[in-house]
Parts: sequence; structure tokens; C-alpha cells
Amino acid sequence: MSALQEMSPNVRNIKQLQYVALIRRASQIKEELRQKVRKPYKEMIDVCWGDPHRAGVKPLTFVRQVLAACLYPQLVDSDTLPVDVRQRARMLLRGCAGGSVGSYTAPAGTSEIVHGISEFITRRDGGAPSYPENIYISPGSQWALQNIINVLVNSEPSSPKTGVLTPLPCYSTTISSMVGLGAVAVPYSLCEERGWELQVEELQRALESAKGVCKPVALYIVNPGNPTGYVQSRKSMQEVIRFASEKRLFLLADEVYQDCVYGDNSEFVSYKRVLAEMGPPLSDTVELASFHSASKGFMGECGLRGGYVELVNMDPAVMKYIYTLFSADSCAPVLGQFALDLLTSPPQPGDPSYPLYRQETRHIRSTLVRNVKRVFEVVNSLPGFSCQPVEGGVFAFPRMHLPPAAIHKATEMGMQPDLFYCARLLEEAGVFVIPGCEYGQKEGTYHIRFCIMVQEDIMEELLRRLTSFHTQFMKDFS
Amino acid sequence: ISCYLSRSANTQFSVRRSARDITNMSQQAANGLPCRGKVLNLDNMNPNVRRVEYAVRGAIVQRALQIDKELKEGVKKPFTEVIKANIGDAHAMGQKPITFLRQVLALCAYPDLLDDNKFPDDSKQRARRILEACGGHSIGAYSSSQGIECIRQDVARYIEKRDDGISSDPDNIYLATGASDAIVTMLKLLVCGKGRDRTGVMISIPQYPLYSAALADLAAVQINYYLDEDKCWSLDIAELKRAVTAARQHCNPRVICIINPGNPTGQVQSRQCIEDVIRFAKEEHLFLMADEVYQDNVYAEGCKFHSFKRVLFEMGPEYSTTVEMASFHSTSKCYMGECGFRGGYMEVINMDPEVKAQLTKLVSVRLCPPVPGQALLDLVVNPPQPDEPSYDKFMKERTAVLAALAEKAGLTEQIFNTVPGITCNPVQGAMYTFPRITLPQKAIDKAKAEGQVPDMFYCMKLLEEEGICLVPGSGFGQREGTFHFRMTILPPTEKLKFVLQKISDFHIRFTQEFS
Repeated sequence: MSALQEMSPNVRNIKQLQYVALIRRASQIKEELRQKVRKPYKEMIDVCWGDPHRAGVKPLTFVRQVLAACLYPQLVDSDTLPVDVRQRARMLLRGCAGGSVGSYTAPAGTSEIVHGISEFITRRDGGAPSYPENIYISPGSQWALQNIINVLVNSEPSSPKTGVLTPLPCYSTTISSMVGLGAVAVPYSLCEERGWELQVEELQRALESAKGVCKPVALYIVNPGNPTGYVQSRKSMQEVIRFASEKRLFLLADEVYQDCVYGDNSEFVSYKRVLAEMGPPLSDTVELASFHSASKGFMGECGLRGGYVELVNMDPAVMKYIYTLFSADSCAPVLGQFALDLLTSPPQPGDPSYPLYRQETRHIRSTLVRNVKRVFEVVNSLPGFSCQPVEGGVFAFPRMHLPPAAIHKATEMGMQPDLFYCARLLEEAGVFVIPGCEYGQKEGTYHIRFCIMVQEDIMEELLRRLTSFHTQFMKDFS
Repeated sequence: ISCYLSRSANTQFSVRRSARDITNMSQQAANGLPCRGKVLNLDNMNPNVRRVEYAVRGAIVQRALQIDKELKEGVKKPFTEVIKANIGDAHAMGQKPITFLRQVLALCAYPDLLDDNKFPDDSKQRARRILEACGGHSIGAYSSSQGIECIRQDVARYIEKRDDGISSDPDNIYLATGASDAIVTMLKLLVCGKGRDRTGVMISIPQYPLYSAALADLAAVQINYYLDEDKCWSLDIAELKRAVTAARQHCNPRVICIINPGNPTGQVQSRQCIEDVIRFAKEEHLFLMADEVYQDNVYAEGCKFHSFKRVLFEMGPEYSTTVEMASFHSTSKCYMGECGFRGGYMEVINMDPEVKAQLTKLVSVRLCPPVPGQALLDLVVNPPQPDEPSYDKFMKERTAVLAALAEKAGLTEQIFNTVPGITCNPVQGAMYTFPRITLPQKAIDKAKAEGQVPDMFYCMKLLEEEGICLVPGSGFGQREGTFHFRMTILPPTEKLKFVLQKISDFHIRFTQEFS
């Protein structure tokens, strides 16, 4: 059986990561460093993932204490851990069959945790009601997104392919999910000159471009953006909602970075809230799926795989099938579910763990705010480099104005120019970032993406190496 | 106010709208004016998803949860609790976690505990090793999509040890979010083609309904091969041949799935049978998927778990270099029962390198499997050794769990076979019994009149009268005209005896009522 012919065309169509070679080289470099091979640097700075722990940010103490107590309940009865930790662990374990994190939960998640999430959403959204039966916990938000897209896709071979409007640039995993499910990504460009703003005219243009190619059924928005760091204004969100309603598009709102907002004039407001505040008929009719996760924000618990989707204004008959889909997956990992509970119901003033919790989250937040400022300063001071303000999210996505000689060299080597830049940066400076070609960008523009949710000293070192490398690079190719 | 799902005569689920839904409607709709149809509705949703069913969590479980609620609200019933013998969840039924596993995991979650002298040295050593392999020394960091490398190496070593030295390459190991995730991933990869070329996947009847659900979702053609109930649910090559030959008329058979030890049947395949299946797969040019998640759950005398991989390699290079295969394992079953961690792996054998590259690409779309599940798997494949402090306790706990299961397997078979109208094959392995029930014709007619499959009718009545939740055999597949139910053997022995008695009494009553 050999098989490239004999395997799923949807899987075949998923784009291979452009920076696969970088991943391999980074792995080799890590090994070489371990073997004490001489290099201009002692450690690699790996900022290609949106992974705070990998980048040195410490897990929140309260979260880890609760998880440990849930894993090994002897700790619940001992004095090792603070009282509120033990109380929370007791409460979470009470919601588990047999009092064990090793049991399956209900497919959508433990009832108490799901209720907690719906209360969190209601609080967050100024009282707009949220119903537990519309919430599904999944192993990471991408998993839930894939289930929803699966329901949206028209799989009949004779029908036109299902299209989903997606931002350009866009987080590559989402595009891969869509393609893997047989859908087509229909890109709408974000406007870099205006801080990566989403413009409705561009949504319209994208929709028209789909004529004859596919049938768009959904509009995918990432707010705050990845990789762009853009935070949508209320006004923009209202326009999007009106557009979705008019064009009969299902709205997919990926809001996993909602806790990471720093811009002076930016504020995160959820699509659900804006929709509710717009009142009927829109608030009763626009169909919306909002996604959140324990992977981002201050918790940064990517490895626990805890995310959720809230479904709004869904056809109840379709909900039944969504339930079945999630049930065939059994349930989300219980520790991931617990992480969501800790995210949505953190320690409160008066709780013994609150002071430390507040200190740790404030530290992470101030680190982020500082990093954002430093990146903006440093990158914009470098010739051939510019960076839009990072209002939210955990990435910087600066643009490089590469000299023609560099572009020429890259083309000669059969590489995208920004991939070429990143390969050099990795090799010579030990800094691992992802080229913009991975996310899509306007023709002739080049970018890099790197995570800014990193320890301060690592950020300074990164900027130092980047400055030194970039200056040399521009000289070499002038 | 919650929604109650009920089954109408058309086997379409209908949802009774709650008062809340009505108040949510706009004034227009409330006034009876037509509202615009939903953007996502039954007519335009993915037709494949409409065909997906998963009986283990299906209608009967919904009703069981409803009854749970009613009991909590103080509604009087002939029983005080609903016993959920529908799902293979050991901890839910009171099985205790293995101490060593939980100690290491707690240390990984909160490494400050490494300074606590309440934890034995071997648990700390393992925790340190796992954390060393994690990004930023945290189980909260993403791992590589295929799984943490040193854990895959440990898994490969475990497989080599289990299979008497036959080598295993860590690069062929893919950690997953439970074995289910890996199974679905493989099927996603393999299913293709249009019309008569559509991929056909062979699966046993009865089967674990994850397979039928995945095949429906992927619009693959499900090719049923019947296990022989009269021969203890054994697999017959002639039956495989019949099934695949008939299937070639309308699809392109490319995969054969086998669950060993079996779910729901508990049957443990003989070595000869495994060889025959491998030969069959080679002759028919089929990719073999061997679901071996119950490999430690073997109870019956004379039965032994033989891994497909080991048998394949012992059959010599003619087979071991050509038959393409994936074996699956999990942390949810065996003696661990850690379903909630979603830990598992698959090992792929003789996979075309280009296809493997596609597989590696596909798993990256899920980002990575849960790291605690990966850590747990590492401990399962790397348990305490005889010279380590935790060894004695670990072995004691492990042995106790498996011994209890073996006892309950025997007890179940014994008690059910005393009831006229219930025939129970020996529970050779896994965690379930799948007895055949004889239903009086009147009951079958009544069920049909109410638009219910007869064994669902039976199980629903059992649930309402005794508060015991089982899954009807129709959820797993069975020969036309036969009826079964699947019950787990997981409740603690005394409770199990109680359940067996109640079901036996119910069956006799049921038979009399409909005679």
C-alpha cells in the first residue's frame, strides 16, 4: 500500500509548516548546546510558541497547589497547603465521580465547573445571561473549534466546499483545522497601517472573492489578535455583528487572549456582550460560538489542555448533535477542567492565598506591559524594522523591510525571505522566532512573530541579540 | 429549567423548549410572525455528523442523569441511587487510584513538594526526570505534538520488554489524548475515495461505538464482521472473508479494526487467531488497527494477551516487514483506570514514510496531548522496580485491583448463567459483560409499538424500576433478532452482587409480565 494517493485528501491539503526546518535545527542546536559545542550564545531563546511557562514565566502557586491536592488527596487533610487551597480541592473533588480526577466527567465537563464558567461569563459581560447547557469544555479551545467547524462543513461531495472567512494574518493551526475538515479558508486582510484593524469593507471583498469558489458559512475572528495583537473596538465589533447577520454567517469568536490587554485605549469586551447590548432582533438571532482557554492569560497552562466554547442562539435541534460529537470524545482532561475553574473563579480578597495570587498576577502583567513597551521602542528604533502597537495578545508581529540583496539571496536558496531571516537569526543569535509567511501576509511584506510573555531578563536578552543580529544583517545585505 | 431529550417514533430526538427559550425570542417571533431560519440548522449542518451516535453516553444515560436529579430533589423512587454500570470508569465505581502514580503527578504539578519528606525518593526522582523534559520545567508548557521525546523512548522500551525484545522505535510512537484520539486520527488519515472507491473499514460486531461514530463522522463505509457468540465471541476468518468479499462490491476495503481484549465482549483472542488475522490483513491488503487498551485485563484461565506486534514479528520477515499496522494503548483501563487524564499512545509499524510525515503533520493540528496524561503514561511504562521503595505498595495495589476484577468477572458469569433467559459468555478480559437476553415476543411487539428498539425498551424499564443503568446491545451491534446489554463489572464486589441480583430478578419479572 503506498499511499499518498490512498489517504485523505483533506489531510493531504493541510499545509506543511513552513518553518519545519527551523524546528529541526532548533532541536539540534539545543542538543549541541547540551554537548557544550561553542556558540556565540550559551542558551537558545525559544519564543516561537505562545507558551509562557516555556519562556520562563512561573505557574501560579494557587493553581498548582490546588491541582496537587486534587491529584493526591492526602494533601487535602494535611497542613502542607493553605486552607483555601484545600477547600477548593475538596469542592472540585466532590464534583468528580468517586471523588477522583481519574474518572470521566459528563461530556461537556463537570456540572459545577460548567456552572462556574457560565457565572463568570455573566459577571464578565455585565449581567448578560449565560446558560450552562450552552457551554462545552474541551481539550483546548482548538478542539472545540474543530467540533463546531465539523458541524458547519457541508461534506456532500457534490456540494460546493464550505468556506470560513479567516483573518490574514492568522494563527496557522486554525487554518489547518479547517482544511483538515474539508473547509476552505477565505482570507480577509487586516490593515497593518492602521494597527491591524479589521475593516468591514474588506470582509465584503473577501465574501465576494468566494463566489464560485466555495460557500462561506462562517466568519472567524480572533480578538485580541494572534499574531497581530490588535484589540477590536466596540464599534468595529458591532459592524462585524451586523455584517454576519446580514450575510447569514455563523460567528466564531476566538477570545483566548481576553486577559491580555495592555493598550492605553484598549479594552476587551466580548462578542457575546456586544451582541447582547445590541438588543433584539440581532441579540436573539446572530449565531455565535465564543472560545476561551486556560492556556493563555496569566495561567498559561497550555499543557493541561483546558478550553471551552459558549454557543449562543444555536438551533436546539443542532445542539443535540453537538452533544453527541463531544460525548464521543469522552470528556476533556479533568485537570484542564480544573484549570478553567481556577481561571474563572480565582482567589478573592480575604482568601489566604489572595495576596500571593495578586502579587504573582500583577508581576506577570507588569512584565507583559513592560515587555510590550520595550519591544515597541527597540524594534521601531532599528532601521528596516517597524512594529505596530501591541494592544493585546502575547505576541509581537513586527514588519521587516528587507534589503533587495537579502530577498535575492533567500529566493536563490528557495526560501521565503522572512524564513531566511529567521534561519539566520536562529543560527547566529540563538533566537527562535516564526516567520510571517507562516501566518499569511500581504505580498512583498515580511514579518516575524515572537512571544512577549517572557521573563523580563529573557526579553532584554532577546532584544539585545535581535538588535545586534539585525544591525549586522542589514549591513551584510546593504 | 433544563432541556429534556426524548425519543419520538421517528427516532429523531426532539427537544422540548424551555420557558427560557421562549422569553429569549424576539417580540416578532413571540407574536407569531415568521422568523428567519437559523444560519446553522438541521438541513445544512454536516450530514455526516447527523449520523453519529455514541450509545455509551446516549439516551439511556440522559434519562439516568435525569433520574439522578429527581432523586436529589427528593422524588420518591423504588431505589435510592442510580448505579451507572454503563461506562468503563473504574474510579467512578470506587476503585482507588494507585498511590505511586498520584504521588509523582502531584510532585510534577507542584514541584515545591519535592522538599516534602512525605514523598518517597523514587517518586521524586521520576518527577524530576519528567519536569526536566518539559518546557520551562512545567507540565503547563506545550509539548511537541507527537509527545515528549523521553516519554516516547520509555514507551518504546516498555513495548520491547513486553514483546520479548522485539525492537520499537520511539519515532513510531505517537502519544495522544487517550487511545480514542489516536484511533480517530488514524481513521482521519486513511479514509478517502468517492462512491465505490470509498474506504471501507472492517469492525467487529459487537464493537465499541467509538468506531461506528468515527466512521459515520468520516463517511467511511463500515464493514461489519460478526464475532461468534456460540464460540465465546471468537473471530472466524471465514467470516472476515465473507465480509470483505461482499464489501468489495460497493466500497474499497482498506482497514481492519480489532479490539483485543474485546469491548464489549471481553474475549481474549488466541495466538492462532491473531496470526490468522495478520495473514488475512496481508492477503487482503488491509491496514490493521489493533486496539489493545485492555491488555492487562485478562482473567480467564488459559487466556493470555498476545500483542499483535509481537505475533507479527514472530511470523517472520514475510509479514513483519510488510503488514502495516497501528497498535493502541491507554491509561484509562488496566489497573490504573485513570480515564480523566486522557492519556494514551499508538505505535505505527511499517508505515510508508510519506504517509507518516502526513500523520505527524495531522497530529500537530491538535497541538499536543495533555501533559499530565503523558506523565502518567511514563509512570505506567516505567513503574517502580523491585529495588525501589515504592515497589511493594505499588505491586500490592496493582495486584489487588486486577484480582478484584478477575473475581468479579467470574462472579458475573456465574450469576447471570443461573437466570433462565440470560446467557452469559465467560468474561475472559476487559471490564464488561455482554450477556444475551431472551425477550418475549409480546415485549418485542410493545417496544416496536412505542418506537423503541427492544433491548433499549428493556434497559429503560430496568432503569426506571431498579435504578440500574446499562447500555442496550443495539448500541454495540448484534446479530439481527438477538438482544443483549453491556454491563461493567466495575462496582465493588458487594454492590456488584446486589446489581446482579436486581437484574436477575428484573429479568424474571419482565419475562413474566410479557408472557
